[in-house]
Amino acid sequence: MLKKISVLGGLDKDRRKESINRLDINAGEVLAVAGPTGSGKTQLISDIEQYADGETPTGREILINDLTVEEYTRDGISRGLVAEVSQKMNFVMDSSVEKFLSRHAKVRSIETPEKKIAEVLRVTNELAGEPVYPADNLTMLSGGQARALMVGDVALISNAPVVLIDEIENAGIDRLRAMEILKGQGKIVLLVTHDPALMLMSDQRVIMKNGGMYRLQQTTPAEKDIMKQLVAFEKDISRLRDYIRRGESIKHHNILKEIISNGKNFITLSA
Amino acid sequence: MRFIIVAGTPSSGKTSAMLHTIRHLQNDGIRVAACKIDCLETGDDERYRRLGIPVAVGLSDYICPDHFYVANLEEIWSWAEQQKAGVVILETAGLCHRCAPAVNGCLTICVIDYLVGIDTPKKIGPMLSTADIVAITKGDIVSQAEREVFRHQVTMLNPDARVIDINGLNGRGSLRLRNEILNHSPLEKISGTALRYPMPAAICSYCAGETIVGSPYQMGNVKKIDFGKAEVC
Repeated sequence: MLKKISVLGGLDKDRRKESINRLDINAGEVLAVAGPTGSGKTQLISDIEQYADGETPTGREILINDLTVEEYTRDGISRGLVAEVSQKMNFVMDSSVEKFLSRHAKVRSIETPEKKIAEVLRVTNELAGEPVYPADNLTMLSGGQARALMVGDVALISNAPVVLIDEIENAGIDRLRAMEILKGQGKIVLLVTHDPALMLMSDQRVIMKNGGMYRLQQTTPAEKDIMKQLVAFEKDISRLRDYIRRGESIKHHNILKEIISNGKNFITLSA
Repeated sequence: MRFIIVAGTPSSGKTSAMLHTIRHLQNDGIRVAACKIDCLETGDDERYRRLGIPVAVGLSDYICPDHFYVANLEEIWSWAEQQKAGVVILETAGLCHRCAPAVNGCLTICVIDYLVGIDTPKKIGPMLSTADIVAITKGDIVSQAEREVFRHQVTMLNPDARVIDINGLNGRGSLRLRNEILNHSPLEKISGTALRYPMPAAICSYCAGETIVGSPYQMGNVKKIDFGKAEVC
């Protein structure tokens, strides 16, 4: 049973020791990886995924339950440790959602596949804007539907204890709920993101700079409050979007006023 | 010398995967030589050359590429020895799905990609089932679920193979391939080793350059379909 992953610090791009010596992530926790493009987010994720043992360019070492990867897995290669959902992934198989899920469930030797598939579909539809039906073809799903199904499947069928989520903020799914679901399954969630709401909904965030782990911040209760404000603010914008998409015209400024006042509150809160 | 054989479906990323792996070996101070076997033409030698390593090319031209491959293993070995290589990478293209290049004592890597379709591993046949390592590319663009089902298919066909996800673009996973190469015992000599899977016979008039269709033009080892046994659609 995987309870904890630790990253032991290595070197940044200038071959200097990175500021963070050790980073621990426990099962059921979300770690956000933030920082500008080129700051080393992908390399950090890659080190975790490859169970680096000092041999990658960064010289980082990964521990699982405080053991070296070699000690943890006898052959040095444990299968399916990290599952991945990213923006650029697609379903490529010509199959119905139901048939495919049952095939995946079979591969995972799940005893009651029908029950599991229904559960995956329920979670998927909780996350997606438009409903996904069992008979839908996988390749015909919209971007949001596909991402929602990927999250549902990774949460409930895949047995990988670590889930890597790469920039799904524009995927058109309820991303905060998606994180809750993955956490609820006891997964370790690694989240590469530029989205402030996602950064603040994680338990901790590591900030990358010049290839190294630069700062490690635990999310404070005040930040959690800001996150809630931010989510409310986004809901308003989404309401405004729906309103315009319905074909309405904005005559009374009420919606806009409400959003602006929420926005002001938010800015005062975070300042 | 460690003799590494790399085969796989077209455009699966054989060369890209190996380029990343060779860079790791170079960082370890190991001298690597590469040989590419192809049918009519190849541009992959240029990509290997950019690493500054000795590169040879074999084009089978009018000969069956798989037979050409086996007939030249000894010569490739001698060439690589002359280059003082510690590791020789032999990449072969043009394998039909009847053949497998695996040779006892050589580390054989089969490179395929997740986009070929979930039932394709079965069709790839002995090239996959006799490999020591199955390296799967393009995993970054298909769903996790499909990757898991695909890997399962591969494991069913070759339970002993180590399955490695590798990204030919950024090299993710190539470190594991490098470790596999280093863990493989060097070979004394290639002469006298055996193919793991025999190649098909093909000595007919078409082998000798015949192009006309029809029985009168066919001589030698010719096999016909038995329609009495063929399934009726």
